[in-house]
Amino acid sequence: MTQQQKSAAVEGLVHPEPATVEVVDGSGGDISRSDVLLKGALAAGAVYGTLMVAPFVRSALAASGTSDVDILNFALTLEYLESTFYEEAQQKVKASGELKKLLPLLASDEKQHVAALKGTIEKLGGKPVAEPTFNFEYSGTSGFLKVAETLENTGVGAYNGAGPSIKSKEVLAAAGSIVQVEARHAAAISLQNGQEPAPSAFDAPLTEKQVLKAVEPLIA
Amino acid sequence: MDPVSRRKFIAVGGGTSMAAFLAACGGGDDSTTMMKSTTEPEPMGNGKESETAQFGKGDIGILNYALTLEYLETAFYEEVVKSGLFKGEELAVLKKFGAEEKQHVEALSGTVKKLGGKPAPMPKAEFPLNGAKSVAELAGTVENLGAAAYLGQAGNIESPEVLAAALSIHSVEARHAATLNTLLGLSITPDGAFGKPADVKTVLESVEPFIVG
Repeated sequence: MTQQQKSAAVEGLVHPEPATVEVVDGSGGDISRSDVLLKGALAAGAVYGTLMVAPFVRSALAASGTSDVDILNFALTLEYLESTFYEEAQQKVKASGELKKLLPLLASDEKQHVAALKGTIEKLGGKPVAEPTFNFEYSGTSGFLKVAETLENTGVGAYNGAGPSIKSKEVLAAAGSIVQVEARHAAAISLQNGQEPAPSAFDAPLTEKQVLKAVEPLIA
Repeated sequence: MDPVSRRKFIAVGGGTSMAAFLAACGGGDDSTTMMKSTTEPEPMGNGKESETAQFGKGDIGILNYALTLEYLETAFYEEVVKSGLFKGEELAVLKKFGAEEKQHVEALSGTVKKLGGKPAPMPKAEFPLNGAKSVAELAGTVENLGAAAYLGQAGNIESPEVLAAALSIHSVEARHAATLNTLLGLSITPDGAFGKPADVKTVLESVEPFIVG
C-alpha cells in the first residue's frame, strides 16, 4: 500500500462515512470502471456459471443487498481456491525447514474452512457452489510463496470487505473466526517470503470486484 | 490478582462510561443516528446490559474497550523497544508493531470522537521486562488476546462503518500474533482453523496485572 492509500484508509477509519468499506481501491485508478466490472463479471461467470454473474455485478455497483448465502458462497470459492492450491502444493513444492511444517497446516485449515462454509450455507437453506477448476501455474518454492501470499492477503481483504454486509451475527462470528486465521496464514507466508508480515496498521477491505480481479488468473 | 488494581481499573472504565454516555446524549451528532442500522432480530440477544457498558454505550463502549487495549499494547511496545533487550530484525519488527498499535489508538479515539463520545483515558501500565524470551512470550500473549478481544466484539458492533474499522484492525492483530508465535516457535494458529473469541471479562482479567493506576 502506498502512503497515500494508507492515509486514505486511516482517514476513512477516523471519519467513518458510508464509503469506508470501499476506501482503498487496489486498481490504482488506471482501469476504467466498466473494464473492471466486465472483468469481474467474466471471472464470476467462470466461478459461478453465467446465471450467477448478475448478483455480483449488481453488488459491485451497489455493494449491499447481498444475502449471507451469496457472501458465504463467494467466500467458499476463495476457500476452494486456497484448499486446492495447498493440497496440490504438498505434492508439487519441495518444502524444507519451517515451510515443511507450515504447508500441511495451511492445507488442513483451508479444508476445514471449506467444510464449515458448506455446512453454514446448507444450514441457511442455501446451496453451496461447486468447486471451479483452477489453474495454478508457478514453479519452485518462491513461485509458490508468491501465489500463497496473494491468496491469503486477498482472503483477508475479501472477508474484511464482506463483513459489514453480513446480516446474521452467527455468520459474522464464523467469518471473523476464519479471517483471523487467514491473517495468521498471510503473516506466516510473508515471513517465509521475506516480506513484512503486517505491512500496514489496517488491512484494507476489498470489494468483490477487487477480489475477483486478484484471483481471476488462477481460475481455469 | 490484585483486588485494588482491579477496582481502580473498573473505576477508570466506569468513569469513561459516564462521560461517554453524557457526551453521546448531549452531542446530538447526526452520525450517531445515521449509523443506527435497522435492528435485526438478535438471535443471541438476551436483553442483558452490553459487556462493554462500563466503557460507554453501544459502539462507543466497544471502541473505548478496544482503545484501552490498544493503549496497553502501545505502552508495552514502547517499553520493550526502550528496554534494549532486542536488536536487529527482531527490534525492527517490535518497533513496527508498536507504531501500528499507536495508529490503532489514533483511529479508535478519532472514531469515538466522531461518534460523539469521549475517548477512554490511557491507563497507566507497567510490564515485567525480565529477559528477551519472557518479553517475546508476553508480546505473543498480548497480541493473541487482542485478536480474540476484537473477534469477541464483532457481533456486537451496530454500525457497519465501525465494524469495517474493527475488522481491519482485528486481522492486523492476528498478523502480529502469528508473527510473534513464529518467532517463539509456537503454532501460528493456536486455536486451530478457527480463531476463538474472548469475552470482555476474560480479556480485562488478563490485562489487569499490568494496570498500575
